Amino acid sequence: MASGTARRPRIDRLGALVTAFGAMALWLPFVICKPNRILPGDPRSLLEVLPPAAAFGCYAGLLLVALAALTVSNARLRLAAALFGVIVVTMAVAAAGNLLTPAGNKVVRIAPGSGFWVLLGAVGLMATDAITRLRPRPAVRVLLLALFAAVAALALAHGTFDNLSVMREYAVNAGRFAHEARRHVWLALGSLAAAVIVALPLGILCHRVPRLRGAVLGALNVIQTIPAIALFGILMAPLGALAAAVPLAAQLGIRGIGAAPAALALFLYSLLPVVANTVTGLKRVSPAAVEAARGMGMTSWQVLTGVELILALPVIVTGIRIVLVQNIGLVTIAALIGGGGLGVFVFQGIGQTAIDLVLLGAIPTVALAFSAAVLLDALVETMDRARQ
Amino acid sequence: MISVDNLSKQYGATPVVDRVSMSIERNSITVIVGTSGSGKSTLLRMINRLVEPTSGRVLIDGNDTAAEPPHLLRRRIGYVIQGHGLFPHRTVAENIATVPRLLGWEAARIRARVDELLQVFQLEPAEFAGKFPHQLSGGQQQRVGVARALAAEPAVLLMDEPFGALDPIIRAKAQEDLLDIQRRFGTTIVLVTHDMDEAFRLGQRVAVMSHGCMLQYDRPAVLLTRPADPFVSRMTGIADRAMRLLSLTTAGEAAVPGSADGPAIPASASLRDALSELVWRGVESAPVMQRDGTSCGRLTVATILARGRPG
Repeated sequence: MASGTARRPRIDRLGALVTAFGAMALWLPFVICKPNRILPGDPRSLLEVLPPAAAFGCYAGLLLVALAALTVSNARLRLAAALFGVIVVTMAVAAAGNLLTPAGNKVVRIAPGSGFWVLLGAVGLMATDAITRLRPRPAVRVLLLALFAAVAALALAHGTFDNLSVMREYAVNAGRFAHEARRHVWLALGSLAAAVIVALPLGILCHRVPRLRGAVLGALNVIQTIPAIALFGILMAPLGALAAAVPLAAQLGIRGIGAAPAALALFLYSLLPVVANTVTGLKRVSPAAVEAARGMGMTSWQVLTGVELILALPVIVTGIRIVLVQNIGLVTIAALIGGGGLGVFVFQGIGQTAIDLVLLGAIPTVALAFSAAVLLDALVETMDRARQ
Repeated sequence: MISVDNLSKQYGATPVVDRVSMSIERNSITVIVGTSGSGKSTLLRMINRLVEPTSGRVLIDGNDTAAEPPHLLRRRIGYVIQGHGLFPHRTVAENIATVPRLLGWEAARIRARVDELLQVFQLEPAEFAGKFPHQLSGGQQQRVGVARALAAEPAVLLMDEPFGALDPIIRAKAQEDLLDIQRRFGTTIVLVTHDMDEAFRLGQRVAVMSHGCMLQYDRPAVLLTRPADPFVSRMTGIADRAMRLLSLTTAGEAAVPGSADGPAIPASASLRDALSELVWRGVESAPVMQRDGTSCGRLTVATILARGRPG
């Protein structure tokens, strides 16, 4: 069996897909060179921007990665090759930025082109696939995430990408970026915390009083189906009226537009997943264990906290994970009604047709949502393993 | 002693348990038997107030159980259910320690008690204390369930179909173990089952329930020889009632003075097994002997047959 595999190596299917994407990327522009942030630019291939030796070095490196993707079955080696590919692609785009920017010129914009994005997507796909094949324990996954974040932070701090268009936009908006990023995280986490405080008892109540369950879940379902923009709009009128009628509310920052309606809308969206998962989690707890707990003389509080909630916790945290990832994305839209957050850059960029500014808002949002998903998935899996 | 006094439970207009009275002796095993829906589980659960009676009362050693908060009452009463109900997130030792912890025992005392119980139930403490319930076999889980119920040395143990989920061979072993445990700790056991064989094997007294009413409550032999109701006869079985009756008496109890040839029958064997042995050997009589070798006399086919008739 083993010798048979060695004699006639099988072509890896995902590897073939990754290689096809990578090959396609070579015909797409690697960077776009724009005279300023708004004007359309001209596309450049890797060969046109890097010195020939460096460009062929990159091609050779990518060819090695493709070979590994096609033939290597060892997941660790595949991961190493994919990470090598990520380094080659990002270093090439950083070098392109540095080489194409005339010294001292702050107007010209070197933007990563579609070729870069497709290549990055291909090696990224290969890396996540390799990690999936390795089935790392939750702690290892968190460690990998931390490592990746540390490397990215180091590269950003070192100024590796400073001559790329997105970082140019960052340089102009650095002060606002920190403020909006903080606001973004606060809106997502704050609305989640408020939702958990309300939804957990509500879920327990729904579990204990079955007649309530249908009504509560039904009402929350209706809220969930309202499009986010419509909900922001719906909340503007009552909150505006409240601010007008109660001066204290206005002093606290509760107005028809701004963070208040955004936080309230996110809170409302967060309720259903947490309540529903609390009910499902409690329903899944073995009735025999609950019966035994009562029969041995636990008070109903002891049964709830010592048996029911602990056994339901993995399902409840899964609900919290859904809400957190969903909120990080939804906060972006809050910028429309003056709620702030990274969406501010997205909508400004759309308004100015400055795609680099859109990316300045979008890339950190995706990174935040991705990190939150990895962290909470690891938490859920750890709890599941501990409790079987 | 447990006195059940005119106890009823109604859900809406439907009586589930209807004016049941019974008196349960200390240090005995009482079995409540009935078909599903007969109210036997509800009756049991009213003793530890998992179900609150609609009317009537339960006295344990003369004290009304309604006088005390239910969770405190339950800590003094062991409780075993079908499918064991072990806590999946706690180890075997933590499961057994549940009630002692609720009662605030010292850690050292809890540890000693857990080890003692594991040994009694033939579960090596070093091997089993740290395991989780899903790592045990069905029979082991059931034993941990009983050990957990006995952890705080309760005077009363309530068991609701405790062996229902076990296969026949493991169930027979579990029943033997329960008889040993009862002799060892002197616990007053009330057990609910739908299995008449189990009721006859374990119960010193058997109560037959149907549609919420207690039809008869007496020694097993009396249920066979003087059934109070046609339903009781049907439950105990008519075709093999003579053999059932024989299974209730031991060879030692039925032996008469005299001697006989051939290998001795153990005094602890039931008359049913003794008769089977005599038929197999093709002889009319055999000697009966205690385990320590003292003779009890002999047993003849005629004496056995006489014991298998009513009256």
